[in-house]
Formats: sequence, structure tokens, C-alpha cells
Amino acid sequence: MSEQSLRNPSAPAGRKGRNGGARPLESVMQMIFFICGFIAIAFVLVITIYLIISGLPAIREIGLVDFLFGQEWASTAEEPKFGILPLILTSVYGTAGAILIGVPIGFLMAVFLSKVAPRRVAAVVRPVVDLLAGIPSIVYGLVGLMVLVPFIRETFHTAAGESLLAAIVVLAVMILPSIISVSETALNAVPKEYEEASLALGATDIETYFRISAPAAKSGIAAAVVLGVGRAIGEAMAIMMVAGNVANMPDLLSSVRFLTTGIAVELAYSSGLQRQALFSIGLVLFLFIMCINVILNVFLKRDKEG
Amino acid sequence: MSSIKESPQARTGASQGLSASRRAYNTGMRALIYIAAAIVVVLLVFLLGYILYRGLPNLTWEFLTSEESVVRDVQGIGPAILNTLYVILATLVVVLPLGVGAAIYLTEYAKNRKLVAAIEFATETLAGIPSIIYALVGVLIFAESLALGKTLIAGALTLVIMTLPTVIRTTQESLKTVPQSYREGSLGLGSGKWHMIRTVVLPSSIDGIVTGCILSIGRIVGESAVLLYTVGMSMSMQDFFRNGLESFFSASGSTLSVALYVYAKVRADFDLAFSVAVVLIVITLVINLASSLVGRKLKKN
Repeated sequence: MSEQSLRNPSAPAGRKGRNGGARPLESVMQMIFFICGFIAIAFVLVITIYLIISGLPAIREIGLVDFLFGQEWASTAEEPKFGILPLILTSVYGTAGAILIGVPIGFLMAVFLSKVAPRRVAAVVRPVVDLLAGIPSIVYGLVGLMVLVPFIRETFHTAAGESLLAAIVVLAVMILPSIISVSETALNAVPKEYEEASLALGATDIETYFRISAPAAKSGIAAAVVLGVGRAIGEAMAIMMVAGNVANMPDLLSSVRFLTTGIAVELAYSSGLQRQALFSIGLVLFLFIMCINVILNVFLKRDKEG
Repeated sequence: MSSIKESPQARTGASQGLSASRRAYNTGMRALIYIAAAIVVVLLVFLLGYILYRGLPNLTWEFLTSEESVVRDVQGIGPAILNTLYVILATLVVVLPLGVGAAIYLTEYAKNRKLVAAIEFATETLAGIPSIIYALVGVLIFAESLALGKTLIAGALTLVIMTLPTVIRTTQESLKTVPQSYREGSLGLGSGKWHMIRTVVLPSSIDGIVTGCILSIGRIVGESAVLLYTVGMSMSMQDFFRNGLESFFSASGSTLSVALYVYAKVRADFDLAFSVAVVLIVITLVINLASSLVGRKLKKN
């Protein structure tokens, strides 16, 4: 019903407009709507082209291998070095760390909200989790800077608490809400019959949640993880406030610079090759994100079909 | 997690009560669930409590409404609040027609499935691009190539690209809920397609458009990376009434989230930063309530 009846009724009106010319407005409006529809594609093309055009010159000048695998980023030194390996590794480690902390807690919390919690408790906690999702990232950065950084400094007796560890914790907290809500939606969508059958066969409720509900919702949960990866790898402002922003090779307690903060820190004052190199970092980050988006789409589509 | 696969003997014990390992599994996993829930709840309470505790003492009416002045020793985020409103308005004025138009094209006009798939892929891509890339793009395209400089309008145009997917998606969702019979009825009575959309489809999907607006406002208010590099950090008041409306196109100034960054990172005035954070959280709360209210109304219809 949907496809056919959606298109058909429009046919007579459209024909009248075109043939008689009685309704020029109709074709004008159709044109306008087409342009609006096309504009999303245009934006993506413009962004891609701009990033490639502005990102390639620096890579060509520095050399692809030196750029990607150079171990030193010293953009303002007398003999500037533009190796972004520390930035890439920091982004990878930081994201992995955030996922390692955030996903188990988020998944268990989703099980709690979806299956275990009494209705009233869930009704109170859920809006607060949503609020957490809406809080601007810079607020997380501020709290991290004021609470987490001093805590790390005192616990581990480092000179400055601004470190990869602080960034990982902030990122983990930031991705929690989206992991909770996406996994919860997936768990809620598991057919009741599955769970009832499992309970009727003598499995306990906990066994049912983890061996029946969770596997049945696995592609939704995978989507939640990928979404978390995307958010973590793209976050800039919050971790800029807690990571210290020195382009060291990643170490849990040392000051580090991510791909995102690599752009953010120098964007305001850079010029020349340094500025072009920032666009190259942007291009690398963009490629990372595109890969993650494609993976996310695969999971979401499989979820829709299965 | 791994313990799920570790105990195959669980199944054999199913018939006669619970075996020791199954009991251990049950207690262990239940404990983990409650521990995770406790961590999240404590975190929520701590975050909100700490921000309110640090931010509320400085949050006076004067701070909210006045412009900062060294001479009079006044701190204020009045200009930042106004700038945030200007950016929201400018963004919505551009993104609403574009987004709603795109959604209408996708649900009412488009016949080519490949084109629809391409547009939807593009929308998803835009939604997934992180804000620091938008900051780069905003600086490159609007501030430099189009020579707008660091202005509110450059920031707003960048945010248009960023919020476009939200508006398209929510409008599309609500257009899909408009019953097909409405359209057929309108067309059957002889109205043209545009007339049908204007008088029947759009009014019935207004809730979705409003939701799109609310969510976009949420993203704009929370955005800092883009605005930090496109609207500048000035904290002084705009005066469009005296300088004429065209001065809007050259105006620059920080929004709330940028003001928070300036207080925290540039001036190390953390108490004021927390006050701004309280304002941002209150706005977020209002936005969440509003969108769930509209959502509930949407469901009822």
C-alpha cells in the first residue's frame, strides 16, 4: 500500500500543472523543494571537497608517511615537525578507554532500566539520564577540570593532573547517556515471547536477560557502541579542558593531545603550513568518522531488517 | 559478560532447583547490574549537585542581565544570553525552510529511490560529523572564503549545516504520520499538490517541526567548538537598535557556552563559569521537558 498510494494521487495534479500551465506555482514549488532536498548532498560535497583541497597541500609538503607516522608534533618550533602519530594513538587509546569503561556500565544500566528496575524508579532515572545527554560538552569539561584533574594530581602525585586518564573518564561519562538510551531501546524491542519462553523453560530472570534478551538485541547494542566510539573520537572541547594538550606519545598519566584537540588548540592563532597541517588533521579525522558512520549504518540497517 | 558463555552446566541443572554455579551467576550478575545502576545514579546526583553548589551562589539577577564592566566592577552575561538568542534565531530562520523543504521533498515529491537514498545518506553523514570539523568548515567557508569574518552570522550559517539533519529527520517522521487519506481527500477535491501540502500536510505535521526546532535549539545552546572559532569571544553588548539592522551582519560576540569557556580557560574565574553552567543546564532541562511534551502530544494525535 505505502509506496504505490504514496506516489499515485499526485500524478493527476502534477500533469495538470505541466500540461495546461494553469498552475505555474506548482512546478516552481516542486523545483524549490527539490533544491531543499538536494542541499544536504551539496553540503556534504562542499565539506568533503573543502577538507580535501585544504588538507592535501600540507600532506604533500610534509609527506604522507612523515605526517601519519611522524612521532613528533612541534608546529611552532624553529624546524617545525608535523607528525601526528601521537595524536592518532591518543585518539585511539582515549576512545578505547572510554568504551572500556562506558560500555559495560551503560549496558548494565540499560538492563536495569529496561528489565530490573521498578517502573517508578525507571520513570525518575530516565529523564535524568536524558538530561545528562543534553548537557553541553563544555560543562563536562569544566567539572572534569575542577574535580577530576585535582583528584588525579593528588592520587598519583603527578605535577599536573591533566592527563589521558582524565580525558578517558570524562569521555566515558559523556558517552554513557547515548549508550544507555540506545541499548535500552534495543532491549525493549526484544519480543516478550522470547523472554517468556526462556522463563517457562526454567531459566531465572537474570539468565533470561543476559542469555536471551541481550543476544536478541545485539545489533542495537553494537550500534550503541559504535555511536559511543563516534561521539568519543569527535569530542573536542570537553577533553581540551582536561587533557593538558601537549603532543606526547599517549601515556595514562601524561598530558596528551587528541586529533580533535590538535585542531582546536592551534586553530585560533595558526598560519601558513601550520594552519594547512590542521586542515590535514581535520581530513584524517573526517576519514575516521566516515568509516564509523558506514559501520553504524550497517548495524542500524541490519537492526531494521532483522 | 564473558561468564555468560562459561557455564554450560547451567542448563543441566535446570530441572532440579538451581545448581551452585547458576546461583553464583545469578547473584553475581544481579550485583553487577545494581552496582552499575548505583554508579550512574551517584554520578548523576554528584554532577548536578556539584554544578548547582558551585554555580548558584553567584547566580544573581544582575549577573544574568548586565553587561560586564571593569569600571563599575560588574560581571554579567546579559550580552552572552542575547547573542545566544540571536544565533538561535538566525540559524532557525535559515534552517527551518531548508529542512522542512527537504523533508517535504523526500516524503511528498521524490520518486527516484536512489536519489532518496543519497539524500538520506548525506543527512546521516552530516549528523555524524563532529563539531570540531564544523568549526574548521565554518572558519574556512564562511569566515574566510565568504569573507564574513568572526561574526554571529558566520556562526549561525555553520550551525545551519549542523542542525539541518535534525530538522529534516523530525519533520520527515511527522510527515509520515499524516494519514494518506488526508492527501487523497485534498487532491480529490481538486487542490494542487503545493496547495495540498500547504493546507493539509504541513498543519498536521506542525508538532514534528516544533520538535525539530526544540532539538536544534538544544544543539545550538550546547555547541561550543564551532562558536568559539566563528563568533569570537567579545563579551560586550550589541546595539542593533542604534546601529541599524545591517550591523547584525558584522556583529560578533560570545554565546553562553563560549562565555563559559572564556571564564574557565582564559580568565580562570571558575565560580562564574559554574554559574553559566547552571544557566546552560536549566536551558537543557527546559528543552528536554518541552520536547517530551510535544512528543507526547504527537503520540496522542
